[in-house]
Amino acid sequence: MIFLKLIYTNLRRHRIRTFITLAGIAFSVAAMLTVVTILQGAVGMFSSLLSAGSEMVVFEKNISDLFFSSVPDQAVKDISTWPMVKKANPVLFGIVSSAGHPLITCFGIDSDDARLKQATWLSGSAEKFNTTDSIVLGERAAEFLNAQTGEEVAIGHGKFHVTGVLRTRNGFEDGGVFMPLTEAQEFFHKQGIASVMTIKLNDKNQHGAFKERVKAAYPELIALEDEEFNRSYSQFKILKATAWAVGACGMLLGGLGIANTMIMSVFTRIREIAILRVNGFSNSQIAAVILGEAALVAMVGAVVGLLIGFVAIFALKHTPALHGYVDATVDAPIIAIILFVTCVTGVLGALYPAGYAMRVRPVEALRFE
Amino acid sequence: MSKVATQNAKTPLIQGENLWKSYEAGAIPVLNGVDLSVDAGETVALCGPSGCGKSTLLHLLGSLDEPTRGRVLLNGRELKRSSERRNALRHEVGFVFQLHNLLPDLTLEENCLIPSIAAGISRRDALVRFEQLAGRTGLIHRRAQKIQKLSGGERQRTALCRALMNRPALLLADEPTGSLDEKTSAQVFELLMELVATEGITLVMATHDRALAAKCRRLSEMHEGRLYV
Repeated sequence: MIFLKLIYTNLRRHRIRTFITLAGIAFSVAAMLTVVTILQGAVGMFSSLLSAGSEMVVFEKNISDLFFSSVPDQAVKDISTWPMVKKANPVLFGIVSSAGHPLITCFGIDSDDARLKQATWLSGSAEKFNTTDSIVLGERAAEFLNAQTGEEVAIGHGKFHVTGVLRTRNGFEDGGVFMPLTEAQEFFHKQGIASVMTIKLNDKNQHGAFKERVKAAYPELIALEDEEFNRSYSQFKILKATAWAVGACGMLLGGLGIANTMIMSVFTRIREIAILRVNGFSNSQIAAVILGEAALVAMVGAVVGLLIGFVAIFALKHTPALHGYVDATVDAPIIAIILFVTCVTGVLGALYPAGYAMRVRPVEALRFE
Repeated sequence: MSKVATQNAKTPLIQGENLWKSYEAGAIPVLNGVDLSVDAGETVALCGPSGCGKSTLLHLLGSLDEPTRGRVLLNGRELKRSSERRNALRHEVGFVFQLHNLLPDLTLEENCLIPSIAAGISRRDALVRFEQLAGRTGLIHRRAQKIQKLSGGERQRTALCRALMNRPALLLADEPTGSLDEKTSAQVFELLMELVATEGITLVMATHDRALAAKCRRLSEMHEGRLYV
């Protein structure tokens, strides 16, 4: 109890310094949580976008971005006839623009695509999807384009009839435009080409056989299970690495803040440390006081930071401009990692000050002051 | 009961052999070959002018510092390793300084319990010992007070309690009444001597006050880093 009081009283004694350090840690944790969660959410949305009604994806080998992948119509037609394949859907990704909205994701899909079937139709229906110059809008796209079913909307260099508005649980889809595949191929000058093909197999145990067959029949293509794709897709890796790098930079700053505070703390309590030494405190007990102080600041900062992060994510999720793009799901492993990293940072930041405190010579410290 | 009863009667409790101490690579000599041997139960006063090396000698005897040359034996053992010196500080040696050196943010009771925490003594046992000492020093009713609210005499009595918490065999007192007025000084010293006698503790005390020094069994003079018995 007294041991804890030794830790606590020093933090209370320098309230402003403690508050500033705590705030530094809290904002670092909040930044880490927010950035990691948002980017993880974006990755999750993109992968769920691929896995709608399917369990495998086929795309061009050795490409870094699916927007540049080319899967020929011939391959789509052929693969869809393989006995092990229950369903094969080509998807062409593209970016279109409209007045005031330079980036709108466009999905060129077939009318039997699972996206259209799984979505909630707010107006219109899938029946008119294949008509010429027609598009279906996601709910948010309809909002920002200010377009309704039956109206005409200008997108890129063309004008399209809105044949329906649908709601999905995916932010990219909700803010996107759905075109019939052939329409999209013409619009993007990619006749006879899809970006990817999503596959549903008759038997899930035939993943390996399917991959081998794709490899043999189409060496320029590759088939991956959805999980496998999420792990290996370089864009996802870059996004995740960026998120953790930004978070790590924040934590580094927080750690430096703790180090600075603890150095100040040790310097201002040399006499106190000397008194503890004279009364039999060992090096490890002295270090425990200093490290305990750092750990307490780090843990309280982490908890406050998590709260700030949750509030920030909630606010971002409910920001109209970002509606649907922020996935508010905060995974327990992410929180565990952040808490762990914060604690380690706090302790690392206090190592030098603790080492300094352990080297305090009581005789000199008591005489000097 | 003090640890004094368990030691060999023929071995001095504390012994300094040819102790030299200097600072700044020998540029500032403080002790110049001091020999001192104190038997268990003795009370020894070290007198001498300021800067003659009294405090330094106490620090060496109490393992707070290491001699430049020579050795210190506690119960016949030379404390070479830092763990041995730390254990001596925890269990066998108590210190009282001219300034009380108490922690201002803690209460009187909490200050006194610090040596017990360091030594890993259970809180229950430590509290029993504290109440015993605080009762004898008239501090029990002030146990929950912060140090700032104690008088000079109370602070020094608290420091005395703290020094005796782990039942040391040796008490090293460096001008223990030097910061007190004459009346309080006499009271604290009387208390110190009473506790030393009843607990069977060996006392080595540095003091300027010859009247107090005369109450010790042995008086040693120090001058320019040398000890004259």
